[in-house]
Amino acid sequence: MTDQDTLLSVEALELGLADLPENRIVRGVGFDIRPGEMVGLVGESGSGKTMLGRAIIGLQPGGIVERGGTIRLRGRDIAQMTPRERRKMRGEDVAIVFQEPMTSLNPSMTIGRQLDEPLRTHAKLGAAERRARILQMMERVGIPSPADRLDDYPHEFSGGMRQRIMLASAMLLKPALLIADEPTTALDALVQREVLELMVEMTRENGTALILISHDLPMVARYCERIMVMRQGELVEQGETRRILAQPTHDYTRKLLAAMPERGPLRSFEDAETPLVELRDLKVEYVSRGGLLSRANRKLALKGASLSVRRGEVVAVVGASGSGKTTLGRALAHLIPHSGGEILFRGNPVARGSEGWMDFRLNCQMIFQDPFGSLDPRFTIRRALAEALYHMDIGAQEKDARIRRIVAEVGLEEEHLDRLPHEMSGGQRQRVAIARAIISEPDFVIADEAVSALDVTVRAQVLALLADLQKRHGFSSLFISHDLGVVEQLADRVVVMRDGEIVEAGPRNRIFDAPESDYTRALLSAIPTLKRTGEGVELSWRGSAPEAGA
Amino acid sequence: MNLGRTNKYLGGLLIAFFLFSALLGWLWTPYDPLALDLRARLQAPGAAHWLGTDEYGRDVLSRLMAAARTSVTISALTVSFAVAFGIVLGALSGYARGWIDRVVMLLTDTLLAFPSILLALALLSILGANIWGVILALGLAYMPTVTRVVRGAVMSLREQEFIEASRLMGHPAGYTLRAHVIPNCLAPVIVIATSMFGSVLLTESALSFLGLGVPPPAPTWGNMLAGARPYMSQASWLGIFPGLCIALTLLGINLFGDYVRDRFDPRMKGL
Repeated sequence: MTDQDTLLSVEALELGLADLPENRIVRGVGFDIRPGEMVGLVGESGSGKTMLGRAIIGLQPGGIVERGGTIRLRGRDIAQMTPRERRKMRGEDVAIVFQEPMTSLNPSMTIGRQLDEPLRTHAKLGAAERRARILQMMERVGIPSPADRLDDYPHEFSGGMRQRIMLASAMLLKPALLIADEPTTALDALVQREVLELMVEMTRENGTALILISHDLPMVARYCERIMVMRQGELVEQGETRRILAQPTHDYTRKLLAAMPERGPLRSFEDAETPLVELRDLKVEYVSRGGLLSRANRKLALKGASLSVRRGEVVAVVGASGSGKTTLGRALAHLIPHSGGEILFRGNPVARGSEGWMDFRLNCQMIFQDPFGSLDPRFTIRRALAEALYHMDIGAQEKDARIRRIVAEVGLEEEHLDRLPHEMSGGQRQRVAIARAIISEPDFVIADEAVSALDVTVRAQVLALLADLQKRHGFSSLFISHDLGVVEQLADRVVVMRDGEIVEAGPRNRIFDAPESDYTRALLSAIPTLKRTGEGVELSWRGSAPEAGA
Repeated sequence: MNLGRTNKYLGGLLIAFFLFSALLGWLWTPYDPLALDLRARLQAPGAAHWLGTDEYGRDVLSRLMAAARTSVTISALTVSFAVAFGIVLGALSGYARGWIDRVVMLLTDTLLAFPSILLALALLSILGANIWGVILALGLAYMPTVTRVVRGAVMSLREQEFIEASRLMGHPAGYTLRAHVIPNCLAPVIVIATSMFGSVLLTESALSFLGLGVPPPAPTWGNMLAGARPYMSQASWLGIFPGLCIALTLLGINLFGDYVRDRFDPRMKGL
């Protein structure tokens, strides 16, 4: 490969903290990007992938400095550029799209002006011509009637639309390289697919090279020709997507691929007994109180949901954000009041203060999404677990024995008991949260996105733990998740929600293999999955056939 | 980094010095701070009276030490009063919400609408000028700030998942408040309490200066400063020393307060 064939060339790049000369966030990373190429950069949180992406454009946060190596763009060393050349490079040659479309657009500036900024800075064009270019670009990224929307502010657009606008602003100057850092992670599955496909189309049209930074290996594999895998600041493996999937050479890549969720075994349940938990036409209304003169604003977040969970069964609730799946779980746990319908536990209606209330309260526990927010930062693990046994009628010794037992069961050591949450990793904290939820041996556990915040390999471990504990203790579970792969692995039955309503419900295999509603079908086809085949894995895409990439 | 450390030590040193003087003034002073000695009136600082004497021949150093005691007591009690009631009201208001919140906030906002010194003045004219009146008046004037801060912290805390987890365990609201909510909103309270100490000291001095604080002959830095006014040209030390005491203590508290804020405010923690 000669210099002409290489757009970007990174050699032995080292990034570290300015305060600590020995520390390295990125260690000896080297790779080349050819013009028009689509490359995925995959890694878990803390692997340095974001820092690497930002260093290419010279936008690494303060306190992080280059400790060695070179970054060349078309053969020019970026470190040797004058500030003026560097500014010209950003935008004209290299553009970047960030993860969070809410914060990457200026909330107090109209979209028209924000899109005008790169043009005014970098292109010598008249006002009319700039406007024409902007309108054309907005049309291209799929914003309906763009001329009417130029004077709108970012908050007037949905998350997907904002990300389209970010993409438009990045592509206005037809850069040679686009760096997209988790561009669709904050979006729902359906929108994610649309935005990604648009991004791929547009980069292909303009001959722009794309570095797609993501934690989502199947998604990257779906669109990129080449994949680079990062771990703890090092590039452990890079190569053709097909080769990486079929014959990974590095242990870590193999571990990543093995961590992809897989359909769990089929289990059968008797229909005869009364369900453990039953919801009948449950409704939840959110009332935002108006001011003195404005009327209170009412919104039905849950429009009558009915479902039942049998003893020992895992029922998954899936849906996009805003579908009401979290509201369902929280209303069921009585964390928020419901405005209509009934909740039955062991066949009896539950209400605060009713006869079976304490039985319900102690037997319905919850595992939350955020392992950082669900533990009191001031409580040691021992104290947090002891607290969950507060209302149990057992002696201090028995409590202590239980704490030791549960800690071992969730795969932690006894030395962890005297730690504070911040002294543990995310995966460890989630294990503590699980231990706290099941230490009182509840019959019913609600898990709200319990593994969403975890890295792929940790997620696989925690999922295996959950499945194991569920089998051993036999509790029923309502598993709320947006991640269909995880649901396929764990659920016995699946409930699909959309806009506060249940669209479809049924046994897992039926939902995944023969979905009845269009929405379920669309949801399933939006997500690429990796299937294990013998030694390697193979990318599969439900619904429509894959068009490019692997 | 380095500047922060200097702040901490200089501030701590100043505060320690005045706390020590206050403690010492409680046990021992060079002269009786209230004893008149008309033969030795308006003496310049010297060997017998290190910081001079006032118009009645009272030893300025002894009076400053006694005043330090009064000021520290008043400030400490006022801040404790404001913090204790502010936490209770703020936690109640933020956790219960609904009509309790609206009533508490109405009262708080009404109190906040007055400058604290005016409010204290008004309350003192009702309560009468004595040490307990000053503490109560200043405490009421400063309480709303704490209430507001605690309420805000509690409102964001109550949405946190560990608070919900506590509810799920079947704990009553009182337990959740005591075990999980209040301990986690103490950091901002400690930060404002530190800087509040300084403002209370200043307001108390101002009240004394206006003749509405602790009544004479008991010395406070404020009323010593007030008493010095007619003699400023002949005996400048009468004004300079109490003034210096107020200024240096405030400087100490502010420097130390910066350190406390950096220490407790999570937003200042950087990487």
